[in-house]
Amino acid sequence: MPETEVNEAEKALAERQEETAQAKTSSSQSAPTPERRRAKTIEARNVNLYYGAFQAVENVSMTIAPNKVTALIGSSGCGKTTFLRSLNRMHELTPGASVEGEITLDGENLYAPGVDPVKVRRLVGMVFQQPNPFPTMSIYDNVAAGLTLNSRRIKKSDKDAVVERSLRGAHLWDEVKDRLDRPGAGLSGGQQQRLCIARAIAVEPEVLLMDEPCSALDPVATLAVEDLIADLKNRFTIVVVTHNMQQAARASDVTAFFNLEESGKPGRLVEVDDTETIFTKPSKKATEDYVSGRFG
Amino acid sequence: MTAPPEKRATGVEPPTRPLALGPSAVGGGILPVWGQYAVVAGALAFSAALLLALGSFSVGLMLALTVLVACVGIYAWSRVVEGPRRAVDRAVTLTIAAAFGLAMIPLISLLFEVTKRGIPGLSAEFFSDDARGVIGGGGAQHAIVGTLVITGVAVVISVPIGIMAAIYLVEYGAGKLRRALTFFVDVMTGIPSIVAGLFAYALFELFFGPGIRLGVMGSVALSVLMIPIVIRSAEEVLKIVPNHLREASYALGTPKWKTIVKIVLPTAFAGLVTGVMLATARVIGETAPLLVTTGVIDSLNSDPLEGRMQNLAVFAYSEYRSPGVNKQEAYDLAWAAALTLIAIVMILSIVARLVYRRYKTEIR
Repeated sequence: MPETEVNEAEKALAERQEETAQAKTSSSQSAPTPERRRAKTIEARNVNLYYGAFQAVENVSMTIAPNKVTALIGSSGCGKTTFLRSLNRMHELTPGASVEGEITLDGENLYAPGVDPVKVRRLVGMVFQQPNPFPTMSIYDNVAAGLTLNSRRIKKSDKDAVVERSLRGAHLWDEVKDRLDRPGAGLSGGQQQRLCIARAIAVEPEVLLMDEPCSALDPVATLAVEDLIADLKNRFTIVVVTHNMQQAARASDVTAFFNLEESGKPGRLVEVDDTETIFTKPSKKATEDYVSGRFG
Repeated sequence: MTAPPEKRATGVEPPTRPLALGPSAVGGGILPVWGQYAVVAGALAFSAALLLALGSFSVGLMLALTVLVACVGIYAWSRVVEGPRRAVDRAVTLTIAAAFGLAMIPLISLLFEVTKRGIPGLSAEFFSDDARGVIGGGGAQHAIVGTLVITGVAVVISVPIGIMAAIYLVEYGAGKLRRALTFFVDVMTGIPSIVAGLFAYALFELFFGPGIRLGVMGSVALSVLMIPIVIRSAEEVLKIVPNHLREASYALGTPKWKTIVKIVLPTAFAGLVTGVMLATARVIGETAPLLVTTGVIDSLNSDPLEGRMQNLAVFAYSEYRSPGVNKQEAYDLAWAAALTLIAIVMILSIVARLVYRRYKTEIR
């Protein structure tokens, strides 16, 4: 094991050196440094999700490709958010909820016995529908929260660097660099959501899950977040749940369509393919009906 | 309001009947701004005159009659000018205002009496001397210090226990243990204070023998009374912290206990402090449990683990009960002690409000 760790560390170091070399050649100061980092693959195999005795999601198997945006679409109540929450072990936080099946991150099973869910959540981050910056903390503390809450002792200078990098990565640095010590809740909706994204990427997860990140935002803020997502996929694997089909068509590379046969039945994965294929020549009729708006 | 179906032409058509949006048909006006005050004043004058004429004047009767006459008067006047709905509205408003006034009377009268009778007992001596070796007179410093020490220790005991129990109930509890705990907390809120005092006495008697009197026993008795209040209010405050904040913290890979300590508790901080202050204000004046546990003593003792300790509530009681040679002076001291207690509670409430306003978090 230590051998592979050493190799990994060397690989990571080489990647970083390449990135900083690349960054030095980039000219503009306000554009985020274009980093490219190979993120990890998530694979779900025969995942069944339950709330108590009620089965919410049935037999989902799919691969979520690295450095791509995968959109989960489908009508209300078909299990997309439930499935998303199972990817970072948040589903089991609901009392009575349970998970069957296997979800692996680059081959390692996240639900293997003995795996600490807290560590899983550090690797698989999440951004929620309603922006939720911590109200007792300033903007700076909010972004650094992932680090300070995990009690990693880091020097102030390192923390400053991480905060700046995350805020730049979230396209928020220029707007808040003068008021980092103001409360996090004092920003507009779109800025708050980008703050939550900055907070999520500050801990450098492998995968970023987003549960309808733009549904509470106005169109201008939505565009800003979508641009951000397109930028972030260079460094992370991204999974987005969205109700908005046009957003899935605009912003994602791969789309997975979930559907319910009738209410009361579990949701299932109907089709998963490249976004362009899903929206132009889907292979299942239900998919075609949904994307052409015959039902929603 | 519909146009007749065959007239589907462009252009504005005249409405078929008036909308009647204005004030009601009967009346249709509005009482002048000074109207209700005039009615009350008039009713006051009228009832005063009537009672004097009948020879059975008393303030209470006059006020009651005023309210009655004013209600009838405003209803009648408003009905004529504004219409039946507004008239009922005004009459009910007046009745509710009168009910509020009625509820305020005991409070204001109490404050007035205590202040009036307590001020003669206050002096520099009151705050700086104790009653040691004095026959008649003396001060109440030992009582003031005793109250602060006993209540302070009670807070130190109750707050950790209460808040941790509330955290368990809100964040961790499930099933039978939680239900049992909630049940017992409800029962504890109803324990008579003397029973709490006897419990504390019996507990210490087990270890130290009969006749033991210590300051800390009083604190234990008070904390039996305080803990359920702290638990109840802390539970409510912790429930108000929105769940999405906890989820945001979990999603960052934070363990549960850390989420509670670093996110939930700071967010609920203002409410928790207010709850503790209110619980303190509630128990600070308890007399019965302290009578049997801390005893009565004349000299200053600020060590809760060493012997009897006086406090303001018991001091007021004992000065009244055994006034000694100079009755009036003793009574004055008792009233002054009561006034000091009220002042301490008021200061605590004001501090609680200030802390709340300074530290509260706006949660959307």
